Amino acid sequence: MTFSPALEQRFEKMLKAYPEGKTRSAVVPMLIYAQDETGAVTEELIQEVAKRCGVSRLQVDEVVGYYSMLHRKPQGKYHVQICTNISCMLVGGTELYEHCSKKLGIGHKQTEPTGLFSLEEVECMGACSWAPTVTVNYDYYHNVTPEMLDQLLEDIRKANR
Amino acid sequence: MTPTIGKLYNEPHPDETRVLTWRFGKPNSWKIDTYLADGGYQTIMKALQMTQEQIIEEVKTSGLRGRGGAGFPTGLKWSFVPRSSPKPKYIVCNADESEPGTCKDRLLIEFDPHQLIEGLMIAGHAMGSQHAYVYIRGEYRFLIEHLNGAIDEAYAAGVLGENIRGTGFTFHVHTHSGAGAYECGEETALLDSLEGKRGVPRMKPPFPAVAGAWACPTLLNNVETFSAVVPIIRDGGAKFLSYGVPKSGGTRLLCVSGHVNKPGVYEVPLGMDTMTFINGIAGGVKGGKLKAVVPGGSSCPILTADECQNLPMDYDSVAKIGSMMGSGGMVVMNEHTDMVAVALRIIKFYQHESCGWCIPCREGTTWLKKSLQRYADGGGSEADIDIIHELAKNMLGRTFCALGDAAAMPTISLVTKFRSEFIEYLKKPRAVHQHELVGIH
Repeated sequence: MTFSPALEQRFEKMLKAYPEGKTRSAVVPMLIYAQDETGAVTEELIQEVAKRCGVSRLQVDEVVGYYSMLHRKPQGKYHVQICTNISCMLVGGTELYEHCSKKLGIGHKQTEPTGLFSLEEVECMGACSWAPTVTVNYDYYHNVTPEMLDQLLEDIRKANR
Repeated sequence: MTPTIGKLYNEPHPDETRVLTWRFGKPNSWKIDTYLADGGYQTIMKALQMTQEQIIEEVKTSGLRGRGGAGFPTGLKWSFVPRSSPKPKYIVCNADESEPGTCKDRLLIEFDPHQLIEGLMIAGHAMGSQHAYVYIRGEYRFLIEHLNGAIDEAYAAGVLGENIRGTGFTFHVHTHSGAGAYECGEETALLDSLEGKRGVPRMKPPFPAVAGAWACPTLLNNVETFSAVVPIIRDGGAKFLSYGVPKSGGTRLLCVSGHVNKPGVYEVPLGMDTMTFINGIAGGVKGGKLKAVVPGGSSCPILTADECQNLPMDYDSVAKIGSMMGSGGMVVMNEHTDMVAVALRIIKFYQHESCGWCIPCREGTTWLKKSLQRYADGGGSEADIDIIHELAKNMLGRTFCALGDAAAMPTISLVTKFRSEFIEYLKKPRAVHQHELVGIH
């Protein structure tokens, strides 16, 4: 399995960053960076990471179920995450999530049939003072209103027509 | 698009004391040339002229206490690392910022990454370490790339690497991405995660100072703690101490959210009056009268409006009334806030994030969530309030790490301080947040 040249370079550097013989440390970062290119943590990816880090297949597999950002099935091309934890909840995060769910016609951890959008209600993303917070893939949006969210979704749809 | 790097999220307030954040908002504050122009990387040169003991003493003098949540005296923690051990020593920086209400470490990395790198270097010299690992939560991908950029700049300028500026000091900084787990903010779980495992807490002792990363002596502190080391060594520990109060030295970054007119992250002296902060810097309570305040992240026992009167915000004063300064995440609630909904949302979070390693936390959070969900749905009774209270009390101090307490403490405070509201709630069941977080997949 090979990745983009930039990612291959990142992995090469990463394996040298940890003390000698401690390449198991690279398992989680390697999975999360690779997942961006493969779309999901596949069996092939698990075996590849195990090989590169010099650990057993099971030592990779066991972390996949633990970390909530690692996922075995592909998400939408645009993964919309809406925080409903207390800071966001107090200023409309819950309503924003429900609005988005209705708008997209999908629920928590579901993906549109077209594969364009997926939705997730998430825990605190560290943007409490600029709540409610939404992220689309790795991009943060602060102080989001339902109108702003509608516009954002519409812009993405247009760009993908 | 991710917000443009360098654009302030909220305007600074004139009543702030900007010791760590003084460069925030300056053009290109995150670039090494502006940092050097502002006297950057001179403090590490000063530190290299000092002995390890002198540095540790200076940190002790400053009264600095851990800014991640526990508030342990930093200088004392530094003195626990066995520097004479033949094993390599490691510096680990906790940038897993996940406590609900907290959003300050990201700003320190965004606006002044070189201050953090310099703080790590000073710690490295004080511990006799050559490597620092910055563990950043996976959601902060833009910050990982941003910090990597700053690290590359530091290598290119010769302030990181082998034999730095001919001093004989060698130091390397690496970033390490998390992948979504609140539990990894707990220091021993973070270390397991750094080693490539599931992030579950370790039995203590041995403490990380003695056997931390890869079973070697490890110094682990929060981003804000390491950043504070730079002004402490630059201007002296006594100067830093003088900003705050005797047992809570310095300033701290407060992240205020919820029902206030000017939410944001502000740097204030420790010991500032709570209501002066809320009514002044935070712009006052929005949408009604003040009802309650979470002083330092959602794991802290909640304070009623009365308890916030004449309350200095320092570690000991907040502890005296039964709560904590925690990680600096202040959540303000107005009189219209539904405390049953608040209790349910807080426990849903801790139930979702419990790593499942020890039973009192795994089962306790699950049963608390079930009980509070039923209560919120209108199917509860007055006896449930006592059951919830009793259950939460039985979790206290009986778990491997602090997550169990973090779930129990706010719950206990909510059902006791707002008991009458819980009883009232039974009379008029309201429609609440019905959908569920599905939990660990």
